[in-house]
Amino acid sequence: MIAEAGHYALVLALGLALIQSTVPMLGARWHDAALMNVARSTALAQLLFALASFAALVTLHVTSDFSVVNVFENSHSLKPLIYKITGVWGNHEGSMLLWVSILALFGGLVAAFGNNLPLSLRAHVLAVQAWIASAFYLFILITSNPFLRIANPPIEGRDLNPVLQDIGLAVHPPMLYLGYVGFSISFSFAVAALIEGRIDAAWARWVRPWTLVAWIFLTLGIAMGSYWAYYELGWGGWWFWDPVENASLMPWLAGTALLHSAVVMEKRNALKVWTILLAILTFSLSLLGTFLVRSGVLTSVHAFATDPTRGVFILLILCTFIGGSLTLYAWRASALKQGGLFAPISREGALVLNNLFLTTACATVFIGTLYPLALEVLTGDKISVGAPFFNLTFAPLFVPLMIAVPFGPLLAWKRGDLLGAAQRLMAAGIAALIAFAVLWAWTRGGSALAPLAIGLAVFVIAGALCDLAERTGLFRAPVATAVRRARGLPRSTWGTAFAHAGVGVALIGIVCETTWNSEYIGSMKAGDVAKIAGYEVELDSLAQRQGPNFREMVAQFTVSLDGRRLSEMTPSKRNYPARGSSTTEAALLTRGVSQLYISLGDTADGTIAVRIYHKPLVLLIWFGPVLMAFGGMLSLSDRRLRVGAPKPARAPRGLQPAE
Amino acid sequence: MTLWFVFALMTAAAVFAVLLPLGRGPRPQSDGSEAAVYKDQLAEIDRDVAASLIGPSEAEAARVEIGRRLLAAADHQRDPPMASNIFLRRSVAIVALVGLPIAAIALYLPLGSPRLGDFPLAERTRVPDATQPLDNLVAQVEAHLEKNPTDGRGWNVLAPVLARLGRYDDAVRAYHNSITYNGDSAARRADLGEALTGAAGGVVTAEAKAEFERAVALNADEVKARYFLGLAAEQDGDTTQAASMWRAMLATAPPDAPWRPLVQAALARIEGPGAPALPDATVAAAKDMNETDRNAMIHGMVDRLASRLKQNGDDVEGWLRLVRAYMVMGDRDKAKSALTDARQAVANDAERLRQLNEGLKNLGLDG
Repeated sequence: MIAEAGHYALVLALGLALIQSTVPMLGARWHDAALMNVARSTALAQLLFALASFAALVTLHVTSDFSVVNVFENSHSLKPLIYKITGVWGNHEGSMLLWVSILALFGGLVAAFGNNLPLSLRAHVLAVQAWIASAFYLFILITSNPFLRIANPPIEGRDLNPVLQDIGLAVHPPMLYLGYVGFSISFSFAVAALIEGRIDAAWARWVRPWTLVAWIFLTLGIAMGSYWAYYELGWGGWWFWDPVENASLMPWLAGTALLHSAVVMEKRNALKVWTILLAILTFSLSLLGTFLVRSGVLTSVHAFATDPTRGVFILLILCTFIGGSLTLYAWRASALKQGGLFAPISREGALVLNNLFLTTACATVFIGTLYPLALEVLTGDKISVGAPFFNLTFAPLFVPLMIAVPFGPLLAWKRGDLLGAAQRLMAAGIAALIAFAVLWAWTRGGSALAPLAIGLAVFVIAGALCDLAERTGLFRAPVATAVRRARGLPRSTWGTAFAHAGVGVALIGIVCETTWNSEYIGSMKAGDVAKIAGYEVELDSLAQRQGPNFREMVAQFTVSLDGRRLSEMTPSKRNYPARGSSTTEAALLTRGVSQLYISLGDTADGTIAVRIYHKPLVLLIWFGPVLMAFGGMLSLSDRRLRVGAPKPARAPRGLQPAE
Repeated sequence: MTLWFVFALMTAAAVFAVLLPLGRGPRPQSDGSEAAVYKDQLAEIDRDVAASLIGPSEAEAARVEIGRRLLAAADHQRDPPMASNIFLRRSVAIVALVGLPIAAIALYLPLGSPRLGDFPLAERTRVPDATQPLDNLVAQVEAHLEKNPTDGRGWNVLAPVLARLGRYDDAVRAYHNSITYNGDSAARRADLGEALTGAAGGVVTAEAKAEFERAVALNADEVKARYFLGLAAEQDGDTTQAASMWRAMLATAPPDAPWRPLVQAALARIEGPGAPALPDATVAAAKDMNETDRNAMIHGMVDRLASRLKQNGDDVEGWLRLVRAYMVMGDRDKAKSALTDARQAVANDAERLRQLNEGLKNLGLDG
């Protein structure tokens, strides 16, 4: 009964979404408050049914009800409970159900907490949200139904892909989906604004928390996915410019641009048309990501199943929504009233520059990802666009962006003083130069690029600190005053500083890991010692062990530094009989923020192929995004309104303009 | 029936969600507006000035700007007043009351399987299901042993079944485990030797012979081991040795020992005029071993089948299996009575009756 009730709940959710997508629009057209309020109650009911449906699928997986095809194909009665639950979204059907559940969740949240929205705007937003939801409910029910049954249920399931049997699956997809789908709210707001034909600073105020939430989750989701790939796939890489990774990076880049341009709009009532376009593009890229991953166009760990009908259906959804919203944009955007003016050198100008760089970077990723696909469709040639392309295009775009980042917060609104900002960044510049010089001297003869890049990263971090020091008057005013001012600073200012510093921190990690990474590859037998980056790694023993639904070969290593015993590492190779597949479980030893990484290869009469990496400062790569997300959360927690006080044209230089 | 009741409740909840706002009368407008945001922004400037985050001149400029936005927003407030459109509301109510349930059922019926209950694994394993194929049961026991490899009783149960299914290599492993966890015994050694012989296609290998010898060492009366040692001698070409071993067995055997005919047949084979030791014959002989156990097991299975069919006689395949089983066991009377029972059970269903008759024809019984 659980399976069928869950199935029916999904059907009802579709019915409610269809009503929610039409009735409020009619209500807004005829100014009928009751009809517009239908949006609210249906959004909440739709959330209820979507959650019920999702809960039903989780229950079925937990109780191993193999009469459900989805459970039979992706579960195994011996799996630990946590993987039974995470296995729900470790497959195509279940992950789409999670997708719509999160979509319904966001719709429900807007309905529940959108009291401060004008009635017609809320009705329009929820209606647009329901269009998206209807399309995806239909997609699930028709092409990827997780509730299909088997009349004669088998006694055992086929097990989940072993690579996915990891705690990462509990965190990465839900976070990523919260990010992807969260941008649907900014999209709905943008389309609603286009339908209503007006948009202003208040709009940006209303969208801000939703964009920020989506951005935070997307940031964490991407970072988590990268760390997961790093330790699970067993070759020590953390970013492969894989099309699926790019699919998540593109909405992130566009979303970051959206976040910044929405700030300008809220504070200064400017960049309206641009913000609307970014909101549409961000969600379109999220949809594109869903299409790339779910259609089976690409083969990767994310492609659970390839079924052409699904691909065509998602492509249809994609074209309808992207094409429709862009057409609406082309038709109505010119009607939107222009907002505040600003000089090229100003906070607004800096943010426009930032947006240009981010969108261009996004465009290069877009081309690098889709060009091979387009070429294959048109000419049948298979080419692969890999790291070299992205390093050559992406990096040069990010260098000027990083140089510009610290300037932004130091420029005044409306008209800024570049020279003044540069002076105030002097300290950061000096710190960057020192970092560069020290590193260059230390790694003499090596590439000059790496110390330069680290100098740049230090500049970004120090620039963020400079901004804080400037605002609090540290070093200029007595310490007590500075502390009082620091307390009085809006949390959003702290958020900006943390997020910008996070970018610098991640850059340091990336540069160090790629430049000074050392590796040892060879076959070892018990008693052999490998030397790497000053560490001595000895293979003690090889042993077989039985897990709940796998057998594993465990190698025990002892790590010592200068003859002093540090720790033991036990990488393993697991074999899952239900799927006849195996995974490598790398062992990680964290020393500060650097890591030692061991993964196992094939065995041959007593010897085993071993890969050992030493990765200096590698953890900074993920610590940076965590810092960014923390900055985002600080900003989110700041419920105050943002006012951008413009700098008067000819006023004596007074206090620093602030948020 | 409960399922449809739950569906009805869910549908009612969904319809209610649509109807709820329609029934409400006009309320005072409590929703947010742009003007409210700008008023808050103005208040924010005062706070910033008080905290000396911005200077007075900048605050003044900001106030002017926000003031302009406030005026613009106030212009928009003069939208046409809220109307209530009775016709539209009624149509929406009808769509919700009639359209929603019809659409939901119309979409659900072709996709769903409302007649299928739940099959949570825990319940299915608690109630052993007679319809489950043997493979499923074996898989369950194997899965259990995968988790608890030291369960000696489990290995004891599993090993003979694996041997019977022809999975000799697995049976060998299972007997090894059984010996490890249950302790050594002549019978287990002999069974292990038999499984090894099965794995070698009926040839008593040196390894198997060693097991039989160990079994005889443990218990000199271990019948199976002694028979196979004789077979080993025969396969080595030493028929006199084989004959003398088997004769010794027959001499000490009780007259009603069930394995007597088998050994006698083997003896006749090698003593027969010029009868070569056919490998096929030995395979068959190996398979025919262990009559007692085997018969007990077959009887158990057949009885279970018979009692199940007594409760639910719809299963034509089951009836045919039962009849065939009785015939193979040589129990013609029981086969006849089972046939009559089967006819009665499916008499009301022409299709099943036809299937039954065809199956019987294939068995060589009257149609």
